[in-house]
Amino acid sequence: MGGPEIERLIGLLAKLPGMGPRSARRAALRMLQQPDTRMLPLATALADAARAVKPCSVCGNLDSQDPCAICGDSRRDRSVICVVEGVGDLWALERASVFHGLYHVLGGTLSALSGVGPEDLNVTPLLVRVEQGVTEVILALGATVDGATTAHWLTDRLKPLGVTVTRVAQGVPIGGALDVLDDGTLAAALRARRPS
Amino acid sequence: MDWDAPAIVLDARPYGEGDAIATVMTAEHGAHRGLARGGAARGRTAIWQPGNLIQARWVARLSDQLGSFTAELVHPAAALAMDDALAMAMLSSACAVAEGALPEREPHPRVFEGLLHLIAHLSQGQAVLGDLIRWETVLLADLGYGLDLTCCAVTGETADLAFVSPKTGRAVTEAGAGIWTSRLLRLPSFLVGGNDAAPPDWRDGLRLTGHFLERDAFGHHHRPLPLARRMLYDRVAALVSRLESSSDA
Repeated sequence: MGGPEIERLIGLLAKLPGMGPRSARRAALRMLQQPDTRMLPLATALADAARAVKPCSVCGNLDSQDPCAICGDSRRDRSVICVVEGVGDLWALERASVFHGLYHVLGGTLSALSGVGPEDLNVTPLLVRVEQGVTEVILALGATVDGATTAHWLTDRLKPLGVTVTRVAQGVPIGGALDVLDDGTLAAALRARRPS
Repeated sequence: MDWDAPAIVLDARPYGEGDAIATVMTAEHGAHRGLARGGAARGRTAIWQPGNLIQARWVARLSDQLGSFTAELVHPAAALAMDDALAMAMLSSACAVAEGALPEREPHPRVFEGLLHLIAHLSQGQAVLGDLIRWETVLLADLGYGLDLTCCAVTGETADLAFVSPKTGRAVTEAGAGIWTSRLLRLPSFLVGGNDAAPPDWRDGLRLTGHFLERDAFGHHHRPLPLARRMLYDRVAALVSRLESSSDA
């Protein structure tokens, strides 16, 4: 089409989430048509991020400083840790601005079928952190079989440390109508009902 | 080519961004793989949780193709088991064992019926452990690795069977075991028509079936026992230890 450089660029862009060969071609064309305003700043930003951003040695979040901005923030409640599966979940909670404690990124969930065992998860640092004055651990893991298995497994290990272990609720989403919910969510919502 | 049948989801691995390669089990078609379009996407992922009972429809142009699934949720077993650690462990273990041990597209109606029974009674918690162990013996038998619990391999006696040879899978009485007791696997009495399973029987039963699953059903494929099955044994062993120590006190 236009040389190996363009093909390579399209091939790399097409591997990104949400992109396919068609959208990669459109993105590549837009960048190539405006190299000074789109392509070179993007290339610089990519190189800077790749060089500077590293996993936080405390919680596993991605940041250009270590410990990350959240772990280093003295205004945060250090007695509560919210355990999440990945950095995407941490970002989602931060976007909502509803949690003001600290986080711990597990880096996945236990999965029998994918062969992900406890040794593959970032668990040992969590147990060490919990012993340093933490009073509550919130397990904010997905409502899947793997998420629930991981939550039960973590609960077994955290409870003996004398910490309160809680899990995020499951049920009717805000703006959701009951008649479109799946049976599993309805069952979970009914089980988790509370006095009004 | 197509079929439409009640099925149990055994596994669904993400494929691409929103699809999944699902393995389901039906009475007529056994363990069967197919592409579940949107199976890993937000709107459909609840259906494809292991253990769920679904009404599945499989379509392919040729019978030997992977084909694709569409499904409707019938019984959300995974969601119902999520709050109970033991129920979750049993469900995950049964699905992982069936997924790993059963050959594809080979009907095993007894295994399917047994798994269906387990899923329907998961809410009973510990009371289902005996059924899970019996189901594993059925699965072993269906695969050709059945245990011979009819009579003692040494004395020929049919009563007081207490052990199983880890080599042959044949039952042995206390008298027949002699000095080899420590090398034999303990046979829980509920597997030979005894009373309901007591807590130590759960551990012994899981150890017994786990040994033959690991050696025969999975070992012959050079694969280890699934993590979910090992975690179930650890959980039950810890539970039995707690019960024993509390009864001693």
